Amino acid sequence: MSEKVLMKGNEAFAEAVIRGGVRFYFGYPITPQSEIPEFMSRELPKRGGRFLQAESELGAINMAYGCGAAGGCGFISSSSPGIALMQEGMSFLCGAEVPVTLLNVSRGGPGIGSIQPGQADYNQVTRGGGNGDYRIPVFAPASIQEAVDILYEAPAIADKYRNPVMVLADGLMGQMMEPVVLPEPKEALTSATIPAAKPWAISGSEKGERSVVKSLRLQPEVLEAHVEHLYEKYAEMEQELERVECEGLEDAEVVFVAFGTMARLAREAMELLEAQGIKAGLIRPISLWPYPYSAFDKLSGKTKAVISVELSMGQMLQDIKLGVRGRVPVKLIHRVGGMLPTSLEVVEKTKKILEEVR
Amino acid sequence: MKPVFTVTKGMLPVSTSYCPGCTHGVAHRIIMETLDEMGLLGKTLGVAPIGCSVVAHQFMNVDMCEAAHGRAPAVASGIRRVHPEKVVFTYQGDGDLASIGMGEIVHAAARGEKFSTFFINNGIYGMTGGQMAPTTLIGQRSTTCVDGRTREQAGMPLKICELLATLDGPVYIERVALNSPAHIRAAKKAVRKAFEYQLSGKGFTFVEMLSICPTNWGLTPAKAMDWLEENMMAYYPLGVYKDLGKEAE
Repeated sequence: MSEKVLMKGNEAFAEAVIRGGVRFYFGYPITPQSEIPEFMSRELPKRGGRFLQAESELGAINMAYGCGAAGGCGFISSSSPGIALMQEGMSFLCGAEVPVTLLNVSRGGPGIGSIQPGQADYNQVTRGGGNGDYRIPVFAPASIQEAVDILYEAPAIADKYRNPVMVLADGLMGQMMEPVVLPEPKEALTSATIPAAKPWAISGSEKGERSVVKSLRLQPEVLEAHVEHLYEKYAEMEQELERVECEGLEDAEVVFVAFGTMARLAREAMELLEAQGIKAGLIRPISLWPYPYSAFDKLSGKTKAVISVELSMGQMLQDIKLGVRGRVPVKLIHRVGGMLPTSLEVVEKTKKILEEVR
Repeated sequence: MKPVFTVTKGMLPVSTSYCPGCTHGVAHRIIMETLDEMGLLGKTLGVAPIGCSVVAHQFMNVDMCEAAHGRAPAVASGIRRVHPEKVVFTYQGDGDLASIGMGEIVHAAARGEKFSTFFINNGIYGMTGGQMAPTTLIGQRSTTCVDGRTREQAGMPLKICELLATLDGPVYIERVALNSPAHIRAAKKAVRKAFEYQLSGKGFTFVEMLSICPTNWGLTPAKAMDWLEENMMAYYPLGVYKDLGKEAE
């Protein structure tokens, strides 16, 4: 086991994907994740990889598509408006079944918004902004260690399903420092080992069979069969990739639902509430798609309200309500624009909500 | 008996879906024949664009992928990073390359990406049914300029070879035409040079092929060939716009 090292989020994320087998990075500078392309430009050439600064996020996602189509293990990172520009590519990658690992260090919107932390990309990343029927697994770690562990695993998940995989971190996670244990580096594919490892990839027909990577299917019955095939994969992902952490649900009067940094804040609020005699629980979705709806079946009869704590205008409420299914009221505590609630603010608002529902 | 002609293994033994008289078939064949003659079919990775030739991978007997509209040069840049030893090309039409994909082609050229781009310029959007392209000539009719393109309404057509030749990244840029046996023979030589330069690691190579679209031009193939000669070649002169490989020799 490696030693604990103190690392800045963005650099730890980049190191984790390299150890997970990534050898190709394509990106465009955007705050608050620009340390990632900087780190990759220094580190990848030393480890047999290649770094390419794209002319735009459109360029970056399409370079990553080319890399993935050719069997390379690619990674792209960006932040909210840049992720919006990549949506065309994400639809294309899903349709063509090309793997890539994506990291969104999200900030405030809409539009250029701000460069401060935000979670208002929830709908963008879980519903997707691209055209057509497709899904992308999204993981939202709450610590740098958890982000490292997920990013280390993400390239293998992307390869397994031949689909993009996204990790959603907010600007706070990218910019803060925490001690982490880095996993052992995996062996990476090379141009020589790709043809055997990924015979579907384009690497030259001299490998024995001609490969074509495509998303166009002009005949309706062929496209329908392809989309049905994609949804068989997505059904498998729903079975295998759902991740959630639940705390104190058994006797909770109120249950917070929060992901990423807001889950840490909710945990603090839980302790403060307990000191005041109010039992609070937490459902922390780690996978935002597939969403852990079944976690809400663990709500106890004592729970009077479920509260989403979010840095958005309540984009996760829809999923929470699908999980709660009308059993208790679903409320929202939120800040936006790069403003963060304090744990005391969450406590006070929770008490008000409890007064309303009691 | 000695065979005087054999079909290239570079083309799959199927009929193309292109309209009668379309020069995509000619362009496909000279590119694939060249790769076959150079012994490169098994080592080549091609990128098909959006447009009529999105289905090029159904006819070209090499590993291929499709690219989103205009993005082929970015896709090829990604492919090139993974397989530095292979031959990589993009095949793009004028709407794909000169309109929606202008950013990608300019930056790939400026980076001196080591792949070859074959640019099919027929001055019109074929697949969507004959709309004005960035290369539609002044006075030329299309479904979005039915009385002919005007400078006032739509600005001037783009000259891509001339534009890319201002960059320091490309090593070879030539404009050829596919409207006569002599021009097609010259075009094939340009294709070969592009691949040879790519193989020797010289840098980005670009061949524009003036092409016809009889269906959307509303002309017979023979008249379309003449129209290309009289009108397109006047605005888009054939020739070598850059050849740093030659200068280096």
